[in-house]
Amino acid sequence: MNVVVAKTETGRAMSDALAIARDRLAGTGKVADYRRQAFDAYAREGLPHRRIEDWKYTDLRALMREVLPLAPAPDAPALTRAGSALKLHAIAGARRLVLVDGVFAPKLSELGDPEKGLGIRTLREVLEAGDAGLHTQLFAPDNSNPMVALNSAMMTDGMVIDVADGAVLTEPLHIVHIASGGTPAAMVTRSMLRLGKDSGATLVESYIAADGAKAYQAHDSLIVSIGNHARLDHVRLVEDGRDAFNISSAVVTLGAHAHFNTFGMTSGANVSRYQATIAFAGEGSRVETNGVNLLNGRQHADTTLFLDHAVPRCDSREVFRAVVDDRGHSVFQGRIIVRPKAQKTDAKMMTRALLLSDDAEADNKPELEIFADDVTCGHGATTGALDESLLFYLRARGLSEKEAQALLIQAFVGEAIESIANDTLRELAISAAQRWLEARG
Amino acid sequence: MTALLEVKDLKVRVEDNEILHGLSLTVNPGEIHAIMGPNGSGKSTLSHVIAGKPGYEVTGGEILFRGEDLLEMSPDERAAKGVFLAFQYPVEIPGVATMNFLRTALNAQRKARGESEFSTPDFLKKVREVAARLNIPQEMLRRGVNVGFSGGEKKRNEILQMALFEPAVCILDEMDSGLDIDALRVAADGVNALRSPERAMVVITHYQRLLNYIVPDFVHVMSKGRVVKSGGKELALELEASGYAQFEDAA
Repeated sequence: MNVVVAKTETGRAMSDALAIARDRLAGTGKVADYRRQAFDAYAREGLPHRRIEDWKYTDLRALMREVLPLAPAPDAPALTRAGSALKLHAIAGARRLVLVDGVFAPKLSELGDPEKGLGIRTLREVLEAGDAGLHTQLFAPDNSNPMVALNSAMMTDGMVIDVADGAVLTEPLHIVHIASGGTPAAMVTRSMLRLGKDSGATLVESYIAADGAKAYQAHDSLIVSIGNHARLDHVRLVEDGRDAFNISSAVVTLGAHAHFNTFGMTSGANVSRYQATIAFAGEGSRVETNGVNLLNGRQHADTTLFLDHAVPRCDSREVFRAVVDDRGHSVFQGRIIVRPKAQKTDAKMMTRALLLSDDAEADNKPELEIFADDVTCGHGATTGALDESLLFYLRARGLSEKEAQALLIQAFVGEAIESIANDTLRELAISAAQRWLEARG
Repeated sequence: MTALLEVKDLKVRVEDNEILHGLSLTVNPGEIHAIMGPNGSGKSTLSHVIAGKPGYEVTGGEILFRGEDLLEMSPDERAAKGVFLAFQYPVEIPGVATMNFLRTALNAQRKARGESEFSTPDFLKKVREVAARLNIPQEMLRRGVNVGFSGGEKKRNEILQMALFEPAVCILDEMDSGLDIDALRVAADGVNALRSPERAMVVITHYQRLLNYIVPDFVHVMSKGRVVKSGGKELALELEASGYAQFEDAA
């Protein structure tokens, strides 16, 4: 099964790839049709490249070149390696749901004794069962984005989580993606979280690798619907291996008077892209979406957010911080659309980048499209270096250059991390940032 | 006896301008030296060069600290050895809590000296003691470093650090600037409490006023990058009466 799914130059073997992988891909009948359509959509476009505006800064044809074959289902040694990688990233008191090499790993997960109102299934079982309505939702993300289409075609497993009306979960849900590192391969996963009205949940997504995992590709997507008066707190931490790819998409829809607090931090992976579409479908809702990129070496991380204000009286806040050292490259694209009906929209976006070396690069592309006349919208962006006078003050007090930088970097990203409402999750993000700073030396 | 701080024939330039043209100063343990002079005479440059601020080029002379070449050391090494500069304009560092900063700095210095780091309870106890002496409320310590502090609070925060780090030599750069008389008195009391036979201080000031509160053993007048006159504390009073003009001519 050592066939690449897409070649840069030729597109060779494309149509065969789905057939070859078919025995790994759950679902027949309509599901298989959806997969075929998605694959055709992907095959027409191939890997996105710089001439596509949305991918201008993240040319996957140049960076990724090819999509690797699907990773084999993890064997016992792979699960053992994954289990040891998990230890550093486990969250006390959270319900852990682990995907190893793109396949749900029940032995590393906690499925038993769910809280009242919580339902958890695997994507595989949902695709194999006959719930046509659910299948429609799972294949709803737009195939016009080639990486979403590829994900729809090839998704092997993931979590499908339902929170019933009125249920407010006390345990955070923690989806952990682990690359076990057998061979360079692709993991293609999709998860879905549906929050009923008046419900509440906390979701953490971690992307990590077992020791020695090399050059793998994580292709993930998340579909979220937040019911009326429901609230979701969400944290995603990309700590993939340093030569890995992480291409993830999210599609989030909020009902009325709903609240979505989301924070993402990328300190791992060689090349990563997180593309999220957040749509307001009900009035009076609020979104805080904050992010941090911590990059060095030749890391490339792209965060592309699309906030869709389709209805009146919704608020959105985006705070993004990038810290870029060496030859790292951070990309932030933030698009906000305020549609004609979305009066009383309050949307703000602020991005700041800190460049620690002359070769570091931060690209920032804010786009505001406003079609309503009674709105408050704004964006701002800055790029700069660490303030020399602050560095000298700290060094004059005994901090080494690295320690002084670390303290200032922590303060800089702290402005984005502070927005995490949940104390445990905030600590989690702070320790992930500290791991990056410590690894810097 | 080895001097604590010995500045010998120091020449310093910034870009194309020579600011110090061969300055010498010897400071022994227990002594308080005042350096006075008009604006632009090089007082602050001297303090910056002693602390190791980047941007200054030493073109001649040397600075010895207990006989060791200070100019070879990084700013943090100098701090760990016991050199402390109280800044004329302490910077604000948003997002870095004062407590966290104090602990990080103190432990970095101790670690560099091969001493054990303070435990959190010991550290808190020590900070609370010192803060109480200087009338610094706990609430101030929870804020970002100097963020939203008044001029007087910033200076008291400098003295708090001085008391905490227990340096061997303290350079006070224009400690009186921006302070009203009450704030000045509190700050000066804080400094006087740190006088000891082992510790020396170099008090840089434009005005004689500060020296009513921190009484020096020696006064040096700087003009145009040199020490042009040295004497006892009475020299400060003489200057107050006659001004700096005579020395500007002399230089």
